[in-house]
Amino acid sequence: MKPNYLSGGVFLVGLLLVATAAAMQAQARPSPPAPSQTAPPPNTPAKASASHDADNGDLIFAQNCSRCHRAPESVSPRIAGTVLRHMRVRAQLSQTDAEAVLRFLNP
Amino acid sequence: MARLAKAAALALAVISLAKPAHAQDTPLISGGAGFFSNTPGGQTSYLPEIQPVLAAPIGKKFLIESRALLSEDFFPNPSVHGYDHAEFIALQYLQLDYLASRHLTVVAGSFLTPFNVFNERLSQIWVNPFQDGPLIESIADFSSGTSLGAQLRGSALSRRKYSLDYAAYFSARSSNQQFNAGRAAGGRLSLYLPEKRLEVGASYTRQLQGVHENFYGAHAWWEPKDTAFRLRSEYARGHHAQGYWVGVDYRSQAFGGLDSWVGRIEPIFRFQQTFRRDNAASDTLPATNTQRADFGLNYNLPHNTRILTSYSRVFSAAGNSNLWETGIVYRFLFPTWKGK
Repeated sequence: MKPNYLSGGVFLVGLLLVATAAAMQAQARPSPPAPSQTAPPPNTPAKASASHDADNGDLIFAQNCSRCHRAPESVSPRIAGTVLRHMRVRAQLSQTDAEAVLRFLNP
Repeated sequence: MARLAKAAALALAVISLAKPAHAQDTPLISGGAGFFSNTPGGQTSYLPEIQPVLAAPIGKKFLIESRALLSEDFFPNPSVHGYDHAEFIALQYLQLDYLASRHLTVVAGSFLTPFNVFNERLSQIWVNPFQDGPLIESIADFSSGTSLGAQLRGSALSRRKYSLDYAAYFSARSSNQQFNAGRAAGGRLSLYLPEKRLEVGASYTRQLQGVHENFYGAHAWWEPKDTAFRLRSEYARGHHAQGYWVGVDYRSQAFGGLDSWVGRIEPIFRFQQTFRRDNAASDTLPATNTQRADFGLNYNLPHNTRILTSYSRVFSAAGNSNLWETGIVYRFLFPTWKGK
């Protein structure tokens, strides 16, 4: 078998595995609740899980931060502002979004 | 060691300069420490590595950020019938950020080049699901991935249904060992649709030294809502070569959530191809057309620790090969001092 055919086959097998996994996931998960009732994402810090967002800080966190990485298990309140300032630059958050996430992380 | 001492002294100076405007703004040290092994063609190398990040706010508007890389490569040396080793210490970036307005941040210093998104978002060892980057990672970066100059970036628009962010930069030429960079200018524009969890963007860089060449890039990331499935892809085109990669990773939430033993398992897959348009090489892509498939299985341990394993098959006119990689990475994050 020529290498390009073989690599194409490998690619297809990989795609098939991913599609199967995604289909299993879709079947396993119930439809999400409305945004106002959305629970904090499962990978948010423990402290954040306890807070109730008044301004969609959890949603903004899930939409922006999880694009690159999952959050650390906890964020010390002393550095929450520094983390957000760093992520505002890195993730190009607007000031409004950064403030909402900060309130969510460290209410 | 002298470079390490200089870097440590610089970090201490930055920390001492930083005066938190609020109790939440204590300078922090973050980063990752890892131990990796890779076996291309039956020859195994070992690579302990630490990548510390310093972030120190100054006042209400400034932030100093820096990332270093310290590693020791242990590789087989046939001439001595054993292993040799080489140390590598480098400052990957050192930048001053000025939060000028709600939508504009001015960056000065040595910064990661904003061409496509892998370099800024996934090149950290504690973020990248694979041990190494894609083949097109440094196509437009003079192989350093870093620029030296100024950058304007921020969120141009942020609405509930979409957001638009931008980055534009100019880099001067520098042959300094720690701040090696090429003279270039470029930028990136990204559109993000929060409801679809879809981001698409385009990048452009023009080299302004030697032969002035243009480089084009595009990226698409998708993370379906309420899943732990992610698809990431990038395309880059230079004057003499082009390539792309598509990567996916997935964690199941169906068996007790992400923190269950099943949910911690993370299968990953990446496919990439590069094409050489002619034999003139002004980039770091392979000299011949190359296709590569990476299969990985990571396990996310508690306390921000991750085990990475992968097998790669490389198809190339220069010869097909296998690559086995394993590693363990710990991600740390703590304040530089105790506050009240």
